[in-house]
Amino acid sequence: MNFTAADIQALALTFRLAITVTIILMMGGIPFAWWLTRTHLKLKAPLLALCTLPMILPPSVLGFYLLLAMGPAGPLGIFTEKLGLGTFAFSFGGLVVASCIHSLPFMLQPLVQSFEGVSVQYLEVAAMQRAGLVQQFFRVALPLSKNGILTAAVMTFAHTVGEFGVLLMIGGSIPGKTRVASVQIYDYVQAFEYAQAHRLALVLLLFAFSVMFVTHGLRTKRDLI
Amino acid sequence: MLRFKKNKTAAKGGALFPYPRFLKSLVPYVLLFLLSCLAPTSLQAKNKVLIAAASDLQFALESVILAFKALEPSITVEGVYGSSGQFFTQIRQGAPFDFFMSADISFPEQLLEQNHAVAPVMPYALGRLVLWMPAKKGKTIEMLDLLDPSIGKITIANPRHAPYGARGKEALMHLGLWDTLQSKLVFGENISQSAQFVQTGNAQAGLIALSLVLHPRMQAEGAYVLIPAEYHLPLLQAMVVTRKGGSNPAVKKFVNYLQSKEALKILARYGFTPPGQGVIP
Repeated sequence: MNFTAADIQALALTFRLAITVTIILMMGGIPFAWWLTRTHLKLKAPLLALCTLPMILPPSVLGFYLLLAMGPAGPLGIFTEKLGLGTFAFSFGGLVVASCIHSLPFMLQPLVQSFEGVSVQYLEVAAMQRAGLVQQFFRVALPLSKNGILTAAVMTFAHTVGEFGVLLMIGGSIPGKTRVASVQIYDYVQAFEYAQAHRLALVLLLFAFSVMFVTHGLRTKRDLI
Repeated sequence: MLRFKKNKTAAKGGALFPYPRFLKSLVPYVLLFLLSCLAPTSLQAKNKVLIAAASDLQFALESVILAFKALEPSITVEGVYGSSGQFFTQIRQGAPFDFFMSADISFPEQLLEQNHAVAPVMPYALGRLVLWMPAKKGKTIEMLDLLDPSIGKITIANPRHAPYGARGKEALMHLGLWDTLQSKLVFGENISQSAQFVQTGNAQAGLIALSLVLHPRMQAEGAYVLIPAEYHLPLLQAMVVTRKGGSNPAVKKFVNYLQSKEALKILARYGFTPPGQGVIP
């Protein structure tokens, strides 16, 4: 298969976006998910609902709100302009913000699930051995949730690669900046260049299949608790 | 009375209707609901016209439909707006549109060639491009304003597949601005997405369709300047009745109305002048 330079650029951009989003969400998501599982606050249920909302929200709703929020009159736009970053629409940064919001549930869901599986008894045993809260988390909870964390990372990465609707609404299809693979395919189809679209679509199809294959493998292995 | 009792026992025994009794009282309503689902659709189908229209027609066609509705209240006309190329593909795949108004004559012509439409292909207008910017009332703008450093992003429709985008690119190339402005360009999926990018303030200027800019709401929000028609290839727009719409008498009525003086007047108000009559300066 011979890809054009534009295809390679789109694929590279897609993976750069997915890696950035996965890293950001891992750093924020792991402590947040741990806190969510341990807390007894009444706020827990509405917080979880809010964070998993993007999973069922139509991308057009998210795209619409983001487009308004990122404009110079929107709250996000005002904020980023004050920081001297300009407005975020049509930029890689904008895509990162959008994807972080849209992929958040795919990070949180597996994390919360596997953290909930960590028995309190193990933590208590660790505490009796004089492990502090931080140590309990790093030495007990994290190793026990290895597969859950891996699943979360893989799902977040894959979901970001599979993103389309939101990016179409705030991206502006700029080569090398916001024209990710899924948008590139859409542009090909619109321009009736089906052969090109097929090539790129096949790459994403194979990628998605391998991701699901791996995640199901992780699920059946389960964390040993 | 006796009968009623009999029924009651049957329900209790549950042989005929083995569910709680209150459900039985719902049965007539459910039947009524199912019937009501069937009735209006079969009535509507005869007097309904579904139009696939290029997104530059968004405002103009809605006005035409409204005027038509006053004349023929029994006919329902609905417009779906989007990119002409997309509608072309959808109609070829059997989408249920009766009528297709394209921003580029090549699509209706191809549909006719491939036997997905009924002759004739009717050119209805020459589309015009404008430069549109948010601006105070009364302010005049010109193409060279695009070079102003305060203009961060300029939007045009995607030239790879949107007719207005391709013409916009030609106009910028004609002015020798295409390469200079390269880093400022963002591409809308179709011409109305480009308009929306400017409207939300995410882009500071856009090359969009005159027909969209002439809408009162848009006029209040910015200033525009016509891009001379000789800067780009003509945007010859044409319409055609699809094979599905060919047997629908309501479609015929609407098409006749579209070519009436009254409808042409409405279209002209949105900058769609008939192709025979030259271009407005």
